[in-house]
Amino acid sequence: MDEALLRSLTPDVLGILVRRGADFAAAEDAVQDALVKAVRVWPADPPRDPKGWLITVAWNRFLDAARADTARRRREDLVDEEPAPGPAPAVDDTLWLYFLCAHPSLTPPSAVALTLRAVGGLTTRQIAQAYLVPEATMAQRISRAKRTVSGVRFDRPGDVATVLRVLYLVFNEGYSGDVDLAAEAIRLTRQLSAAIDHPEVAGLLALMLLHHARRAARTAPDGSLVPLAEQDRGRWDTEMIAEGIEILQAALARDRLGEFQAQAAIAALHADAPTAGETDWVQIVEWYDELARLTDSPVVRLNRAVAVGEADGPRAGLAALAALDDSLPRHTAVAAYLHERDGDLEKAARLYAEAARKAPNLAERDHLTRQAARLNAHRPH
Amino acid sequence: MAKYLLLKHYRGAPAAVNDVPMDTWTPEEISAHVQYMNDFAARLEETGEFVDGQALAPEGTFVRYDGEGRPPVTDGPFAETKDLIAGWYVIDVDSYERAVELAGELSAAPGAGGKPIHEWLELRPFLTAPPTITE
Repeated sequence: MDEALLRSLTPDVLGILVRRGADFAAAEDAVQDALVKAVRVWPADPPRDPKGWLITVAWNRFLDAARADTARRRREDLVDEEPAPGPAPAVDDTLWLYFLCAHPSLTPPSAVALTLRAVGGLTTRQIAQAYLVPEATMAQRISRAKRTVSGVRFDRPGDVATVLRVLYLVFNEGYSGDVDLAAEAIRLTRQLSAAIDHPEVAGLLALMLLHHARRAARTAPDGSLVPLAEQDRGRWDTEMIAEGIEILQAALARDRLGEFQAQAAIAALHADAPTAGETDWVQIVEWYDELARLTDSPVVRLNRAVAVGEADGPRAGLAALAALDDSLPRHTAVAAYLHERDGDLEKAARLYAEAARKAPNLAERDHLTRQAARLNAHRPH
Repeated sequence: MAKYLLLKHYRGAPAAVNDVPMDTWTPEEISAHVQYMNDFAARLEETGEFVDGQALAPEGTFVRYDGEGRPPVTDGPFAETKDLIAGWYVIDVDSYERAVELAGELSAAPGAGGKPIHEWLELRPFLTAPPTITE
């Protein structure tokens, strides 16, 4: 049973149903039913034409549901409001689905859930487990999202930037469960980059690959965080890094720089260094300057201060940090690190302890508490 | 089965026996503590008694309604006197005795000097749905 194949067919099948005139919400339910049936039936009786099988089963499900729904629909008068699906031969089904599921009218959590289900082919239960919410909550979130986008026309081009933000969220804020959301985000971004030729899509894919390649080295066996400088670089996935760099270089060569390409360039410079000491911090600072021009985000400025501290010394880093709002998340942690580098261990220990109290998650809190403890252990109490 | 909330406090509970701030432990002592907590949660899952476990940030805000058409009033940060919850486990166990036993295990987590913290944990029974048969 090839679940990856099954899930890669999801957007195609869904697109075809919508093209045949099914409304998006009903089509999505029907495809979900067909997927569940496929998981049950295929292992013993694999179809010759998996996609054809899915389309047939989903279409029949849709028709059955439509007949059963007719009475209820009349009550809700939905039929009148339903826009006629326009013929859209030029629009790629998969691409249209990505745009629909990341529609600006959706909140980020709704867009994430809808993308994982309609484009990724995950079940509601899997998505709920991944985001640590009850299944009923996730089901409600998805059906509300489907209602929100049900009037979106098939032939209206979407916004690729919104789609990229959603995929970035899936990669970066995925939690746990039996689905590896980081890998899922990579799969979906790969699929998107096959459907649309866009340097920022390539940039995001490169960024994901370059970070994913370091995953094995990011946590110690006891679950504690390992900072980049202390990671065992022998545990980085060199093939994935090579692929990320190749994708990034091809994108950069097109001279349409965007924030994801710039972020990927920084990740590539880290990946390129055989040891932490050989990191090209000067070039990293230059990329952060590019990134600040593109996004002007406070997080970028904070990361830039760290890079400046490495390139020009901790005093320069502290000067860059002083220009930033100290209520920024992780501002205190960065200050602690720079003061430690500057030799003020007492201040650094105090700031690490304060940063631990402000940490947004347990792994970071434990890490920062350990840093404070490490410095306190060397001082007489 | 009966559900209980095991509450951990940043402050507001009676002082622990081995009451030393974590940032003055050794890094090894911190690792041992984190390991113990992970093992505790894993054991609860294995025995089928785990329902939920969450940790809370120390900062928070009081919020209240301020009348029609007005934004809610917020009051924060918390005063030093406020009881402050650090986190919780929800367990589903056979008996009160078992709940006490588990709370005791959690309180034995190692701290400074590798010795148990002897932290006071708050054990609170859930109010449940009424039973089907009452007579």
